[in-house]
Amino acid sequence: MPEVIPSGVRRTAFALTASLALLTTACTGQSGAGATDDASKDTTINFWHAWSAPSEVKAVDSLVAGFEKAHPNIHVHVVGDMTDDKINQALRSGGDRAPDVISSFTTNNVGKFCSSGALVDLNPFFEKSHIDPATTFPKPMNEYTQYDGDRCAAPLLGDAYGLYYNKTAFAKAGIAHAPKTWSEFEADAKKLTVRRGDGYAQLGFMPDYHGWESTTEHYFGQFSPTYFDKRGKSAVAEDPAFEKGFTLQKRLVDELGGFRRLERFRATLGDEWGPRHPFHTGQVAMQLDGEWRLGMALDAKPKFEIGVAPLPVPDDQEGQHGKGYITGTIAGIAATSHKQNAAWELVKYMTTDTDAVVGFANGIHNVPSTLAALKSPKLKYDPRFKTFLDIAADPLSTTTPPSVNGGQYLVTIQQLGYDYESGKVTDLKAGLKKTAAQIDTDIAQAK
Amino acid sequence: MSTVTLASRRRRAALRTLAFMSPWLVGFAVFFAYPLLSTVYFSFMHYDGFAAPTWSGGQNWGYVFEHYPLFWPALRNTLWLVLVTVTLRVVFGLGVGLLITKVRTGTGVFRTLFYLPYLAPPVAATMAFAFLLNPGTGPVDSLLEKAGLPAPGWFSDPAWSKPALTLLALWGIGDLMVVFMAALLDVPREQYEAAELDGASRWQRFRYVTLPAISPIVMFAVVTGVIQAMQCYTQPLVAGKVASGVIQGAGVQFEPGYPDRSTLTLPQLVYNLGFQRFDYGSACVVALVLFVLSMAFTALLMRRRGGLIQAGD
Repeated sequence: MPEVIPSGVRRTAFALTASLALLTTACTGQSGAGATDDASKDTTINFWHAWSAPSEVKAVDSLVAGFEKAHPNIHVHVVGDMTDDKINQALRSGGDRAPDVISSFTTNNVGKFCSSGALVDLNPFFEKSHIDPATTFPKPMNEYTQYDGDRCAAPLLGDAYGLYYNKTAFAKAGIAHAPKTWSEFEADAKKLTVRRGDGYAQLGFMPDYHGWESTTEHYFGQFSPTYFDKRGKSAVAEDPAFEKGFTLQKRLVDELGGFRRLERFRATLGDEWGPRHPFHTGQVAMQLDGEWRLGMALDAKPKFEIGVAPLPVPDDQEGQHGKGYITGTIAGIAATSHKQNAAWELVKYMTTDTDAVVGFANGIHNVPSTLAALKSPKLKYDPRFKTFLDIAADPLSTTTPPSVNGGQYLVTIQQLGYDYESGKVTDLKAGLKKTAAQIDTDIAQAK
Repeated sequence: MSTVTLASRRRRAALRTLAFMSPWLVGFAVFFAYPLLSTVYFSFMHYDGFAAPTWSGGQNWGYVFEHYPLFWPALRNTLWLVLVTVTLRVVFGLGVGLLITKVRTGTGVFRTLFYLPYLAPPVAATMAFAFLLNPGTGPVDSLLEKAGLPAPGWFSDPAWSKPALTLLALWGIGDLMVVFMAALLDVPREQYEAAELDGASRWQRFRYVTLPAISPIVMFAVVTGVIQAMQCYTQPLVAGKVASGVIQGAGVQFEPGYPDRSTLTLPQLVYNLGFQRFDYGSACVVALVLFVLSMAFTALLMRRRGGLIQAGD
């Protein structure tokens, strides 16, 4: 055995590692495929979606079957139950088994998908098909599917957020109607709260930001906030909507028992997607939630009557009652797809064909994502569901704007919410300034 | 002529050496050198995984160290896990190993009882622990309350979340117990007999006979423990998600570390930055920090091994 590595071996090892290092520079980057395929020829495309419940999968299959009937030459290979992380990986890698069309449950990634070029710009496709997105989709949905002029997604059903309330508990507490302003809401939440020992026999409302859908963006939708100014800088510290929203939420936390007591109670509650959801069981009397909750709550056969209303608005904006926060599922075409024209046929059918959109909305129990579908007589729904259709169609309803780094700015704002509600941050103005600076830094890093 | 022969002999020897080393060289290049060099390369690039990377100089380094709010809490948590959890795991594993070697009847039952938890998949084990330690409905806090003791918030309280993770790590001590048990049973009996004849107490027998004899195994346990702690990803992530009430559905955006960033670890940041935020450059910086820390800990332990491993071990 030689005591030292022979020089030849050392030289070979160095050459090998150096060449591998150089190889790393050559293996990066991808080029998007052009839309050169002939959509009238026989072809098969891959469609990845995130739905997983049997009834939802059935609705997707029915939607795709309708498409295949209308386009007999295009076959769709459907892959369900895909998380955003898996979709992100597949969009990077490409290949025959990668998706040509994807749908994602979050609009937060649209900015990332557009700016990175992961999904193709659909504007030329819309133009080619003579479809005007501005007159096809509701305003918020039209906004959250594009970033910086690049429309890399189309809305595929929407979600509208409103207020669910326990009508039986309301009657018992002597409350005549659902609250329209936050002041009324606050008073009702206190009246509906029945304490038992260290916990609650009934909590009026779970204000904690970890209370499932009680995220900052869902609350703040009622304050119509401006997230970014004209220069693209965070407006969190400038727009008073944020301070008002945080102050209201913190006051609710304090008035309803304090952060520790509420968190302890929250730990005893069933999960968001199970039948033991605290609204179903009557443990929480009011719930901020999306339109899907109605079907889930009815399925749980609660021992009370369910009421539905738009979320309250600030006292000085009572005339705007009826608006809400809008988000939804999006569909797009992978930049790595070699069948983009065929893929567009599927996206166009799923997102703009009124009957297809209505049929899918009926199957999934989501809000339709086109203005025509929202008014379609074929739409079947519980009368209470109409509240969400109205919220979706309300011109004052808002959404959160796409950003180059996706929903990171929302995560940063949410973090301030956690720190403020728990008492870790006491100076809200300073917290908002720090949050705005962090958002700007994160965006600069992503560009 | 003789010079040429000598040169060709040397070349043949070098080639032969290279041929024998080639399996290792290929493995080293593919699984170590390439990923490491790539990581260094990308740490200086702006790369989102889609467009071609562009040079960004030290921007990613500056971002991670100065502006990424999760980095320092994650580093502190990771170091805490390395120092506290590894120490306790080694002490507890050795203690259980010692106890079981002393048990005369039902040894098999005890071995099985202590080894079984190790076989539980990390996600299932963490969810079971989150259920047991739930401050509202968990049996552990109910028992503590009945006994008149304070019931901690465990995974819901930033002050208790890391101790809760440590409890989870101690519960799955089975692997260390088996290794220590084998080492303890290997200590020559005559050394204990000689020590007893010399009047050594129980502690002195442990200190001067047992410990030197099993010191290589202790060293092994510490080094592998440090590596495990550095790679800790699944348990804190699952515990944080379960305690926060966030069910990771499609479209749900969850920042790891609940509660109050107390369960954040460096590997979580690599995933968060690289695969969720599309910021490969910054993810590579964190990965390199993790690499350097692992190397530093290992080097430190190897330098100190003289105190643990006796000559001839």
